Order: sequence, then structure tokens, then C-alpha cells
Amino acid sequence: MLDRHAFLEKHSGPLVAAILFVVSIGGLVEIAPLFYLENTIEEVEGVRPYTPLELAGRDIYIREGCYVCHSQMIRPLRDEVERYGHYSLAAESMYDHPFQWGSKRTGPDLARVGGKYSDEWQRQHLIDPRSLVPGSVMPPYAFLDKTKLEFDRLDTHLIANRRVGVPYTDEQIANAQEDLKLQAGYFLAEDFEGFEERWPDVSYPAFMDKREITELDALIAYLQVLGTMVDFSTYEAENPDNLR
Amino acid sequence: MSQTQTSPGKPVGIDAVILWIFLAIGSMFALIIAAKTPDDLMRVHALIFLTAFIIAGFAMIARQYKAQKDEGPYMMGIVKVGVGLSAFWGVVGFLVGVIIALQLAYPNFMYIEEWGWTNFGRLRPLHTSAVIFAFGGTVLITTSFYVVQRTSRARLAGGIAPWFVFWGYQLFIIIAATGYLMGVTQSREYAEPEWYADIWLTIVWVAYLLVYLGTLWKRKEPHIYVANWFYLAFIVTVALLHVVNNLAMPVSLIETRSYSLFAGVQDALTQWWYGHNAVGFFLTAGFLGIMYYFIPKRAERPVYSYRLSIVHFWSLIFIYIWAGPHHLHYTALPEWAQTLGMTFSVMLWMPSWGGMINGLMTLSGAWDKIRTDPVIRMMIVSVAFYGMSTFEGPLMAVRAVNSLSHYTEWTIGHVHSGALGWVGYISFGALYCLAQWAWGRKKLYSNALVEWHFWISTVGILLYISSMWVAGILEGLWWRSYDELGFLQYSFIQTVEAKHIYFVIRALGGTMFLVGALIMCYNLWKTARGDVLDEKPKQAGGKAPAMAPAE
Repeated sequence: MLDRHAFLEKHSGPLVAAILFVVSIGGLVEIAPLFYLENTIEEVEGVRPYTPLELAGRDIYIREGCYVCHSQMIRPLRDEVERYGHYSLAAESMYDHPFQWGSKRTGPDLARVGGKYSDEWQRQHLIDPRSLVPGSVMPPYAFLDKTKLEFDRLDTHLIANRRVGVPYTDEQIANAQEDLKLQAGYFLAEDFEGFEERWPDVSYPAFMDKREITELDALIAYLQVLGTMVDFSTYEAENPDNLR
Repeated sequence: MSQTQTSPGKPVGIDAVILWIFLAIGSMFALIIAAKTPDDLMRVHALIFLTAFIIAGFAMIARQYKAQKDEGPYMMGIVKVGVGLSAFWGVVGFLVGVIIALQLAYPNFMYIEEWGWTNFGRLRPLHTSAVIFAFGGTVLITTSFYVVQRTSRARLAGGIAPWFVFWGYQLFIIIAATGYLMGVTQSREYAEPEWYADIWLTIVWVAYLLVYLGTLWKRKEPHIYVANWFYLAFIVTVALLHVVNNLAMPVSLIETRSYSLFAGVQDALTQWWYGHNAVGFFLTAGFLGIMYYFIPKRAERPVYSYRLSIVHFWSLIFIYIWAGPHHLHYTALPEWAQTLGMTFSVMLWMPSWGGMINGLMTLSGAWDKIRTDPVIRMMIVSVAFYGMSTFEGPLMAVRAVNSLSHYTEWTIGHVHSGALGWVGYISFGALYCLAQWAWGRKKLYSNALVEWHFWISTVGILLYISSMWVAGILEGLWWRSYDELGFLQYSFIQTVEAKHIYFVIRALGGTMFLVGALIMCYNLWKTARGDVLDEKPKQAGGKAPAMAPAE
């Protein structure tokens, strides 16, 4: 055995090949099956791609590094389910490129923060967290409220998402900018036609009296949709197909 | 390709021709992107690339007309620059760490109202990348270039290529760091740089592998020394991890933003397969390469067991790759994958300790050097920290323990016992050695300053990890505690408020670690200049803080 090893010690090519072979096995066995085992992702109703406004907000969530302090993954533990809501399903992040499960809770989990607080609470909290939660250690994000949202090229973001598998329709892409404005506020949109068909179940406008769309508006729209898509009245947690 | 001719009309080597063509094409790309992009952040980065390529062009012209000083049997110039930059990035990374530690204790610290650049969310990736990739990466490239030359008895291959690897890597660091501050990130932990930075790093990394292999091919020793196996595993596996984990679809070829190829659960496991093995191959295998060269060399003792090094090398790299899913216990990742990850994480304990034993026992017959040589002591304590955190790791990978420790400060403490103790100390030891060896100095400027560095940093590390243990276990227990009526006993914010004092202690510990590193910088600088402080051997019980030799 040790004699044979001397061969590798004298030949760098076979040594590199052997290293590559040895380090490939684990990843192949663990990751590859996730792409074809059907029960990796549960059957649920209600999960849809993000609207243009939500996607723009999600980009800001990523840009500001929110994921370094907030998880979006509720574990099936008694205290977590009581504190945050139903444990997270794989299906809920099936359109998340990349996933935002996080690894640290310096702040609370956000997987089901959608609808938990009002838009106005979120706005005030993001501008000055300690005005609402005195013990908070979160940085203030007042500048988002003063920064106009750039969305001229948002359709290209939807297209990039479609290329990696998010089922955006041609209509959703073609109307991305208008739909964003309509979802943000009545006064901003010029074209009201067809929003309900393109985005069934999306309530709008998010902000009744907005005249200009800021980055903060988009971020709030994203936060408010988190964890609200799945229809848990039709979800059978105990169904063998949904047990993993 | 070896550049041994010293004729006055220095011919232009093939290596320089290739680099000129590469720089020309690169500059053209950068210029086009800077002109065409609708994305201001992309323009900034394209201009940084362009500036770097132009500086590289001038450096190559200067090189052509300047007499080469660095023509010996070994290329030492690159090691000298590497020692300096390693120390510099170390200080930068530790400083950003102290800043974000203070931000958690005092949240409005360094807050600029009209600007998000210095918010925690942007500085934290800057800290992790600065310490792992800027400091750790520069230490790895520097030491690996030194070790592969000495153990092969050959000059680095590729003519100018090693310099391309070195400065190309520094350019990646600049792009990554400026990107984080401006908000360019793909939100994959420890792989935040966007697609174009990833492509650049891939090019640099392939050149790194080729330089490394080229040098091995020129070797005058029949055997490839064990340190080189570890460096090779580090280079090859990091390439594999980097390419797969960063697969993404850019919005366009002239914009910064991209969306990852995978989504949700598959994306999560790919990321933590990468994330855990960034620890396994960047922060472990690479630094074990340092251990296997610098400890035996400094102690003037052979490696303890040749057989153990073979067994633990192959088992370490085989098992490490499986351990990623322990970052995803109790998540939506299928349970079979979690169980595999946990099982292999526990098994990983053994090969890890194999490395620890091989490092520690190398001092057999020379244990007195722990007392007399503070550099040896630093490296041995480093291996002890390695042993401690590779025991703690498998423990935290057990699902039941992980249900408590995950998402808490305990994880932060665990990472830092490995990062400050193991990676930091073995790097400092190697830098002290190289400051002597690369400049040909018989002694360090001052052993007493190494003592100061060692003790200040060690107290700092202990403050850091113990405060994070307490904070982490406290919040883990509070999150799950119930009152007598069956309600959750603590609100989330109560657990945040309870951690304040530990955040302050942690910031103090981090500051001490930073102070130690600054002392090291001064010592390295003086050593490189050839100064030696007149230090009389002290009597035991003297007033100096140094552990006095007791002879």
C-alpha cells in the first residue's frame, strides 16, 4: 500500500487526478440526486414567481446583505414554529435564485414576516429601527427611503431568471416596468390593463399615495410577500409524498 | 522557458508575449464595457481592471529594461512582496472585524445616514473575504511558492507567470472588496463576488495550478514532499468548488447583477458544499501544507509519521467533501442528505486529529523549543487550536447539538477559534519564518516582541471565543425556553439585549488580536531590514512579560 503510494509521490499528474477523483465522490452522491429525486420538493399550491416590484426589492435585500443577519428558514422545532409560523418548505424557495435561507439569526427569521407588520411599521423600522425596537442592533436604512428605484431595465432581470428556470410568461416580461409601477401605486401607472391576469392573487397597489417609487418601497413589497404564498389549507404535511 | 540568459539585450520570452497579448485583449474588453455599460458600478469595476492592466503593462516595460536582481536559484522577490502584503491584508481584515464587532455592540457606530456603504450588511462580507481570501489567500500563495521551490530545489516555472498569479489575485481582492462596499454581491456566503470577478479568479487560479505543476515538473527531488500534496489538494479542489458554486446567469454581459443557476434547496446544498469545503480546502488543507513545511523546518525535526501523513491526507480530503449538509440541519434539505452530512462530519474528527498529532509530535525530542522559540510556540498552539476546533466542529454537526447551536453566536465562536487560533497563528508563524529566511536574516528583530504578540493575541482569542460560547448557548437556550404556562418565555429582542455585554467583550478580544498583529508588522519590517534588537537572556522571574528561558 505504502509502496504503491510512492508512485503518486513521484508523478504529479496521477497525484492531481487521484485528488480530483477522491474529492468528487461526496459532492456527486449528495448533490446530484437532489435534481432528479421527485420528493425533494413538495407539491404545494400558491408558489409563484416574484412580481417585478418584489424582485426589485429582493435585489436590494441581497445588495444590502440582509441575509448575513436574517435567516429565511424555519426549522420544524416547537419553539420556532410557535415563534415564526409553519416550518419552511422546499417549495417556498423553488424560484429563489439564489436561495436566501441564511446561516445566522442576529435578527429574527424572516421566512414568514410577510403580513406580520403593516407597511408603515416596516417603513419606520427600516428608517430607524431603534425608534420602534429600542434594543435592536440593526443598522438604519434611511437612505433607501431617499433613493429612487432604478427599474428601466428590470425586464432583463426577469429574462435572466427565466433562463435559469423561473416560469415568467412573455406578457409578464413585456409589462414588467408597468406592472411594477402599478403594484407600487395607482398614480404611477399609465396602463392598468391585464394586471390581474398576469398576476392573479397579487393585491395592489401596495402604497396608496406614492408619487415616486423608492428602493424602500420595493424592499417592503418583498418583505410583505415572504412566506405568504403557500396555501396551507390545501397542504397535507403528513402525506408520504411530502415527507422528506 | 527558464529565464537564465543574462545577455544585455534581454530577449522577450514567450511568457512575456503571452502576457502582453492577454493584457491587450483584457484592456480592450475593459474599455468596451466601461464605455457601453448602463451600470455605474460595472463602469467602476471595468475602469479598475483597465487601470490594473495599464500598470501591468508599464511594469513589464520596466522589467524589460531593468537589470534583474532576482535571478538566483529561487524566486524570492515574490515571497518578499507576499510577506508584506499578507501582513497588510491581515491588519485590514482584523480592523474591519473590530469595526463590525463594535457595530453589533453599538449599532450606530460608523453609520452614515445618506449612504449604505458602511452598514454591517456590507462590511461583514468585506471582513470575511479580507481575512479568508486577502490575508489567508495571500499567505497561501506566498508560502506555497516558497515551499514548492525549496522542496523541489527548482525555481518557480513560467517566467513571469508567478507574478501574474500573484498580482492577478490581488486584483481579484480589490474587485471583490470594492464590490462589497458598493453593494455588488451575489449573496453566496464566502463566494459573494459577482460573475465577472469569478471568471477573473478562475483564470488566475488555472495559471496558479500550472505554475505549481510546472515547478514540480522541474524538481530535482524524486519525491513530491507531503506539504505539496496539501497545497495541490487546496488548489485543485478550490478550483472545482469555485466553478460549480458560482454558475450563474448574468443579466447581461456588461452589467454586474446575475442570478444563480440553481434555486432553493439544490442551490443551498451547492453553496454549503462550497462553503464547508472553503473551510476544508482553503483554510485547512492549504494551511496544513504550511504546517508540514514550517514546523519541521523551524524545529529542525522530521515529520513525526510518514504513514500517518498518507492516511490522514487521503481520508481528510475524501471525507471533508461530504460534510456540507451539516450547515442545513432541520432545514428543507431532505433528511437523507442531512444524515450523510452529519455522519461524515463526525468521521472527519479522526483525519483532522491525525494531522494534529503529526504536527504536534514533530516536536518529539525538541519540546524545549516551545519555551525558547516563541515562533515555534505560536505554531504549536495553532495546531492545538486546530485540534480543538476540529473536535468542536463534529460535535456541532450532530443534529441534536446543531438544533441549539445553529443560527447563534456559538457558530461565530467556533469559526474564530479555527480562524484566529489555527489559521491566524500558523500564518503568523510562517510569516516570522519567512521574514528571516527570504531576506536571509539569522535572527528575528526581537523575540520579546513575538512574546508580546503571542500573549496579547492569545488572551484576545480566549476572550473572543469564550464570550461567543456564552452568548451563543444563552440565546440558543432562551429561544427555546418556555414558562410554566407553556408560552415562549423570551421575546427575540430580549435575547439580543442579553448579548450586549458579550458583544463588548468580543470586540475587546478582537482589538487585542489586532494589536498583536500590528506588533508583528513592526517586527517583520525590522527583521526584513536586517535590524536585530539587543536582547540579553533574561533571568527567570524577571520583570519582562516574556517566558524567560530557565537554563
